[in-house]
Amino acid sequence: MERPTRLGQFAKGLAIVVVVAAVAYPLLGVIGTSFASQSDIIRSTGLVLWPDHPTLDAYRTIFTGGVVSRALLVSIGITLVGTLASLLVTVGMAYGLSRRDVTGSRFILMIALFTMLFNAGIIPNFLLVKGLGLYDTYAALVMPTLVSAFNLVVLRSFFMNLPEELYDAAKVDGAGDFRILVRIVLPLSKAVLAVISLFYAVTYWNAFFNALLYLNDSDKWPLPMVLRTYVLQGQSLNSASAGEALAPQQAVQMAVLVIAVVPILLVYPFLQRYFTKGVLTGAIKG
Amino acid sequence: MAETAPPLPREKRSKRRQGAEAPAPPTAPSHAGPATAPVQHRLTLRQRLKRDRVMLLLTLPGLLYFIVFHYVPLLGYVVAFQDYQPYLGYMHSVWVGFSNFTAAFGDAAFWSATFNTLEIALVQLVFFFPIPIALALLLNSIVSERLRRFVQSVVYLPHFIGWVIIVSIFQQILGGAGLLPDVLGGMGLPRYDMMSDPDVFPWLLTLQVAWKDAGWGTIIILAALLNIDKQQYEAAAIDGAGPRRRLWHVTLPGIAPVLILLLILNLGQILSVGFEQILLQRDAVGPDAGEVLDTYVYYHGIKDNDWGVAAAVGLVKAVIGTALVLGANKFAHRLGHEGVYRGADR
Repeated sequence: MERPTRLGQFAKGLAIVVVVAAVAYPLLGVIGTSFASQSDIIRSTGLVLWPDHPTLDAYRTIFTGGVVSRALLVSIGITLVGTLASLLVTVGMAYGLSRRDVTGSRFILMIALFTMLFNAGIIPNFLLVKGLGLYDTYAALVMPTLVSAFNLVVLRSFFMNLPEELYDAAKVDGAGDFRILVRIVLPLSKAVLAVISLFYAVTYWNAFFNALLYLNDSDKWPLPMVLRTYVLQGQSLNSASAGEALAPQQAVQMAVLVIAVVPILLVYPFLQRYFTKGVLTGAIKG
Repeated sequence: MAETAPPLPREKRSKRRQGAEAPAPPTAPSHAGPATAPVQHRLTLRQRLKRDRVMLLLTLPGLLYFIVFHYVPLLGYVVAFQDYQPYLGYMHSVWVGFSNFTAAFGDAAFWSATFNTLEIALVQLVFFFPIPIALALLLNSIVSERLRRFVQSVVYLPHFIGWVIIVSIFQQILGGAGLLPDVLGGMGLPRYDMMSDPDVFPWLLTLQVAWKDAGWGTIIILAALLNIDKQQYEAAAIDGAGPRRRLWHVTLPGIAPVLILLLILNLGQILSVGFEQILLQRDAVGPDAGEVLDTYVYYHGIKDNDWGVAAAVGLVKAVIGTALVLGANKFAHRLGHEGVYRGADR
């Protein structure tokens, strides 16, 4: 047992391969199946990793169907608007609370942090959204989850860790609090802001809970709700669109999944290197 | 809209005040006057508000959000004590005392949901909890920086995928027409559909959680591993400890505080097993196995309009949940660890 044995090395390598494959196979399989033709699907067991006769029929079906296209637009819309709104409000609050000498900042911070301890729960939240007249509006997908206390803490501690001298120097030069934020603090925070934007964007992109509770009108459904109806509950999209079955049902379902995952896959590599830092400032150190 | 309206009067007021005070600076402060007091340090509340007005204004939209969407709904729990009728509202619905609570406690489905919640939470705690630890140790032992980065990128990814997508993917692999039944069928075995088997539901959920979040869970453990003093490994190696003994006597004690903290936090969350994840699959396995407290509240309140009972159950769950989290955090402090909220109010 003195040094790593050959067997140990092999077991470790194998474990790594298994872990990577367990994550990658379902994702690659979904993508592959979405391009598969009927013959590919019949021949394969489970997901098609590499279609022999790749076809875009599934995507054609989706984008002529109307339901998915509309849901896609809704999801893009709430993701853009929601992320921007969340970011603005979170930045403002994090900066406002980032200096201890600001009157009442401790108290306000406590108000925000206490919300991590409790959750008002489904029924009271539902009644509130109804009471505010947000039921069946797109705002119901954004407003109830506008600020995450976790992101607030991450951002605030980042602002607090910027060198004090920066603030002092800017003050001496006559910059006000707002100008310091825009000219000095924000440019230095691009990395954290990117990570927090990603966290928010992913939340809005995956918005299911809010949509399920607060949207009755299926015309307003974002992508996850459509996914549930047409992929999980197995309702046919083909029949929803004029009846002509262009592509195999399974390929169509996988194509909807791909559309839901691809945006995440696209932004993810650019932000991945910031995760650890961002998450840890929030979780451990504060 | 509710967000932008209130800041205006405040700003106006502070501007007016500014205008009023500006012409006569020496007489303005009322009790900062005495010559002995250092003027700089003794600002009145009004002066401090004025000084901090930009910062406070920036804070305001967020503060309003937390109040409106986290504190105001707490008032909605009055419904738990009412025979709530939506067309009557809180004001006119009849007060019924604790009868909603007694109704819930007399409902076999409520106890079934409670039992399911605890069972699922327990299975997840015992069988999911060690996975990120093992994975972190594995990642940590990869010598090649590039390979480790790659594996990390891959295993973090599922955390960002929504539950609807994950459940759909599992449906494709384990579900009725999926890979597993196909393979079993090919071997002449009965086609087994794991997604609709009530008996293995907690295990299925745990498997999905592991797929989604095992990688993400390694972040905090990897950080703890990084903080272990390298000299301890060297010292242990000189004393003749092999890799296995080093793991046991250096690595595990080194990350123990973080592990205990995570464990306690998980215990605090025990009543909140994933709502989305379970709701999406509840129908496939049936309510006997698939109903948890959150879905019970959802179906009774929003689907069946049994508002009072649903709110009562939600309230019980929220109170116990908050108590558990607070208790868990206290417990973590008691153990001499930093606890969860240290960073926040520092």
